[in-house]
Amino acid sequence: MIKGSIVRKFPPGPDSAGFHLEIDFEAAVGVTALFGPSGSGKTLTLDSIAGFVKPDAGRILLDDRILFDAESGVHLPPQQRSCGYVFQNYALFPHMTLRENLAFAAHSLPRLERHRRIAEQLERFKLTGMAGRYPHELSGGQKQRSSIARALIASPKIVLLDEPGRGLDDALRADLYSLIQELRQSLNVPVLLVTHDMQECLGLADRVLIYDAGRIVHRGSPAELLLNPGTVEAARLLGGFNIYEAEVIALDPARQTSRLRLLGEEISGPHLRGCFKGDRVAFCVRPEELHLTTHPGDNRIRATLRTTVERTQSIRADFGSDLVVDVPREAWSALEEEGRKSGWWVGIPARSLRQIAR
Amino acid sequence: MSIDWFPLWLSLKVAVWATGISLILGIWLAWLLANKQFRGKDLLDALTTLPLALPPTVLGYYLLVVIGRRSWFGHAWEHLTGSPLVFTWHAAVIASTLHAIPLLIKSSRAALENVYQAFERAARVLGVSEWRLFWRVSIPLVRRPVAAATGLAFARSMGDFGTTLMVAGNIPGQTQTAALAIYDAVNSNNSRLALWLVIVISLLTVAIVFLANRLEQSRQA
Repeated sequence: MIKGSIVRKFPPGPDSAGFHLEIDFEAAVGVTALFGPSGSGKTLTLDSIAGFVKPDAGRILLDDRILFDAESGVHLPPQQRSCGYVFQNYALFPHMTLRENLAFAAHSLPRLERHRRIAEQLERFKLTGMAGRYPHELSGGQKQRSSIARALIASPKIVLLDEPGRGLDDALRADLYSLIQELRQSLNVPVLLVTHDMQECLGLADRVLIYDAGRIVHRGSPAELLLNPGTVEAARLLGGFNIYEAEVIALDPARQTSRLRLLGEEISGPHLRGCFKGDRVAFCVRPEELHLTTHPGDNRIRATLRTTVERTQSIRADFGSDLVVDVPREAWSALEEEGRKSGWWVGIPARSLRQIAR
Repeated sequence: MSIDWFPLWLSLKVAVWATGISLILGIWLAWLLANKQFRGKDLLDALTTLPLALPPTVLGYYLLVVIGRRSWFGHAWEHLTGSPLVFTWHAAVIASTLHAIPLLIKSSRAALENVYQAFERAARVLGVSEWRLFWRVSIPLVRRPVAAATGLAFARSMGDFGTTLMVAGNIPGQTQTAALAIYDAVNSNNSRLALWLVIVISLLTVAIVFLANRLEQSRQA
């Protein structure tokens, strides 16, 4: 279990904007993804935990140990933090063979134990035949596994992965994902995974912390986040949502409904707690939750088709102004001809509108 | 008339000592300059460059002030060893070291600063002590540029004239190095000795520079 709060300010320089990281976080055993765009503070969080960077304020606790505490001046050197860190470019020592790399990482273990651990790691990561090779003689996937093997050999109390999927081709990435899945089962420590890949988040993480501009804007399980990203920022970062701003026209608490002006039309929406008439609110809707029809009706908005994109299971129809609809293939072939003649109406079911913070 | 090879042997002996001292002191100073923030860092940086820029005789004058018989250091040396430091081959070693060490500091510092930061971080986070990190990671990664700089430093310390003359003198059979002997030989019309010393020194230096360049190139490859 790791938890902490970190404040780190970088004043603006002559050729750089300032940056301000201020976060509270907590991660239990399992994979926690730090998700967000580049420069949002994800790697800085890892570096603060590993002890490469000293925060200005806050404290970091790993299990019962204080790694950092600004108030009492505790700032353990990286050597004493028991972190396993997998670097973006692997950072395998180029002048040592794989075996030497592992031995170097396990130097504090007694000799026999060290040899046992090395053999064990080589086998576990399918590297046994490679032990005598130098890093430049290893393939990309082997380097990847080697760097993970090295990070784990001394039984760290937390594992930090800095964009491990970056720069890998699809096959290698698939291997990496199954490896991380496997580690998730076998490791009994928190794993923090820095990523800006949505698929990586959904496929690997038990929990996701969404970063934006030095803050954690939302957190939850991947499934929760897909249903409700919580904020407009998080919805944008996760991608794939239709995001709307609407004005509250009327509220009907008795029927648990509301009336909204959305994209210039008046439609009915879900019950909105704590809202008043005239408030501006934000919603998100997933493209597969919208209905495509060729007739006007309740909660339908007239729209002009801009483009369509073929997807594996569906057709993605883009009507501009944030109206993107995923239509199942059969439904599309039934509708297409008529829609092109008589026009399109997009149905927005009231229950699909999920309110998010602006 | 046979040739007196003593000046050449003395030059080599002085150069070996000077290079050895420069290597140890130079890498330590380079590491300090590359990795640590401390007060007076700029001053130290400038001081270690100065021997490259100052006229050798000016350097020699300062050295005389610092290690001369009346100086604190010279006095202590005389007290400990029973003989003065100036006008011995030891003084020639100090003079040559002063000329060799800037080369080593400059190259080693640049090389150490260029060591990919992630390697150092990786070692630290694996629990490796700073000392072990230095010997097992940093030094192996900079060994080529440092070896090249060591070669140049050796060549440089073999050839000092002005500063050595000022602090060690030109005593044949005691402190007369090859560079001084060539000067004397030319002045006294002993052209055979001068020619031989010039040839040997030239060949040695060319070989060293060639080797140093090779080391530099294979690092870039």
